Amino acid sequence: MCLRDLTEYRLNKEGMVLTFIARRLLGLPLVMFGVSLLVFGVTQFLSPELRATAFIRSEKQINQIPTIIKEYGLDKDIFTQYWIWLKNILQGQLGWSSSSGRTVGDAISIYLPATVELALIAIIPIVLFGVIFGVIAGINRNKWPDQVGRIFSIVTYSLPTFLVGITLLAFFYGQLHLFEPGRLNTLVSLDAGLTTVDGYLLFPLIFKGQWFVVLDLLKHLVLPVITLTVVSSGGLMRVVRSSVIDQLEQDYVRTAKSKGLEQRTITYKHVFRNALIPVITLVGTLFFGLLNGAIITETVFNYPGIGSFAARAALQLDIPAVLGFALFAALVIAVSNLIVDLLYGVVDPRIRYD
Amino acid sequence: MATALSTSLSSGVKKEKSRTVAAKVFRNPLGWIGALIIVVFAFIALFAPLIAPVPDEIKSYGTTLTIPNRMIQVSFSPLPVIPDAKHILGVSADGYDIFFGLVWGARSAFLVSITVVAISLIIGLIIGILSGYFGGWADNVLMRFTDIIFAFPALVLLIVLVVVFKGGIMTIVFAFAAIGWGSYARVLRGEILKVKRLEYVDAARSLGANDFRIIMKHVLPNSLTTLLVLVSLDIGTTVVTFAGLSFIGIGAPAGFPDWGQLINLAKPWLTELNEQGQLKYWFTWVYPGIAILLYSLSWNMLGDAIRDATDPRSK
Repeated sequence: MCLRDLTEYRLNKEGMVLTFIARRLLGLPLVMFGVSLLVFGVTQFLSPELRATAFIRSEKQINQIPTIIKEYGLDKDIFTQYWIWLKNILQGQLGWSSSSGRTVGDAISIYLPATVELALIAIIPIVLFGVIFGVIAGINRNKWPDQVGRIFSIVTYSLPTFLVGITLLAFFYGQLHLFEPGRLNTLVSLDAGLTTVDGYLLFPLIFKGQWFVVLDLLKHLVLPVITLTVVSSGGLMRVVRSSVIDQLEQDYVRTAKSKGLEQRTITYKHVFRNALIPVITLVGTLFFGLLNGAIITETVFNYPGIGSFAARAALQLDIPAVLGFALFAALVIAVSNLIVDLLYGVVDPRIRYD
Repeated sequence: MATALSTSLSSGVKKEKSRTVAAKVFRNPLGWIGALIIVVFAFIALFAPLIAPVPDEIKSYGTTLTIPNRMIQVSFSPLPVIPDAKHILGVSADGYDIFFGLVWGARSAFLVSITVVAISLIIGLIIGILSGYFGGWADNVLMRFTDIIFAFPALVLLIVLVVVFKGGIMTIVFAFAAIGWGSYARVLRGEILKVKRLEYVDAARSLGANDFRIIMKHVLPNSLTTLLVLVSLDIGTTVVTFAGLSFIGIGAPAGFPDWGQLINLAKPWLTELNEQGQLKYWFTWVYPGIAILLYSLSWNMLGDAIRDATDPRSK
């Protein structure tokens, strides 16, 4: 291959990568368009009056409903309605959440940070646990560590999140008086001069060096994080296991062995790297699990995040909040899938861009 | 003549194959233990009227799917009562008899999860077949629709449907089915796309078999085990998710015999201690918790065993 060919090849390859990225980027609005159609479709089962309640802030405004229906075109044909609805959504106007006494957009931005902190901390033990035990099971295929791992993953897959949560809460808080529910001890928060337990706390406080408060925050995270780890790491373990087994059966392992390389070197230097590629995808799908799990986990531990906000809204039939949360959850998942796709292309050179 | 012979031959082979799959499933401890637990639950569910008779005052509340709409209510006290001779597993908050709730809860777990999976399976089969066999724009539209459903976390979409459509057990059953058919449709579509390219399907068509016959005779039997695994896992997951909805407080209506509801009622008393400093009301959530865990565990074990028996790669 002469130099010109090589440059051309590179340009071609770069072009392919760009098309790949562009196609994935285009996929995002398409999925979100579908999601918006579905959520809008669901609202069409509600009467215009009920849909109008998304725009009132107190019961005193009930007599304004006919004006609101006119103003927001809730009695117009379905296309006009969708257009108006979509315009509102795109401007972040998701309606009024009666269960939290705020607009849905405000509520999401206030409750989200607590969940982000929970998820970021939880993902560490989930991945560590899943990868380490998955690798051990894969290397010892069909021996006792694999069998134990298998039973563990079936049991944890079957375990309802709330059952893990309430058991931990009853035992560690009720019986042993350790790890109270909530996000921060009231006295500690007063001591630290915090007026609210919403928003990002962990990272700013680490930055400020208020270790006393940081320690209390972490203490409150222990039980929710254990809960999420118990219910989420089993699945990851199975994926890592079968990925390790797949790699151990590859030709290159046999070649390396016949060249006299030690099994240990092969496993640690070659098999691991390839086996862990699927983990990236799974960490992406874990967001599904964490968003699902956050609804139940945060409710159990009274943790003021977006999940317990959603559960409370559901219980109080706060429809705008529930719909807003659903749209937001779909957006989070679509974006994290996109990031995973792109990362996957970077990490695994075998991925095809066409 | 020749076709008759080949049909009887192939059905013989199929029977042989399904027999070995069943044998493999039941030789696997996961398989037979799972099946055994399911049989015990089925027994309880079937004989619920004998194990926990429904008193007359409950009958007036009516039934849903043959399950009485109300558990036996001893009192209206928010305090649970410790087990005694009359209420062997104790009384939950609001005065519901836990033994009665557990027994009839087994029937509601079965009926709810099996109804959900049956409806999902039927919708999934129809849409999967339409999509896979006929392809084209119908396939495109239907598969994009499943993409949209899969774009949400299942629990979130369920909450949306339950909150918007309100109503009782049946609304929730339909909400589950509305979300659950996607995976069946995808499996079947994939199977059909795979089978369509195989030579024996061409052979069958050249012998004059019509589309319906090809699907019934060649496609469905081939995807049966994959579907069985999915069904088994889904029955377990449905009960766990349903209990989750009840735990949030939007699942089973108040008083309906449902394991998740019992745990929801136990919530305020989780951490209450007695004089000896032990958990006082542990029975309010431990019993229903064990019931939910065993039920979902048994179906997952069975599903896992079926997958092992049919997928050589998983061994």
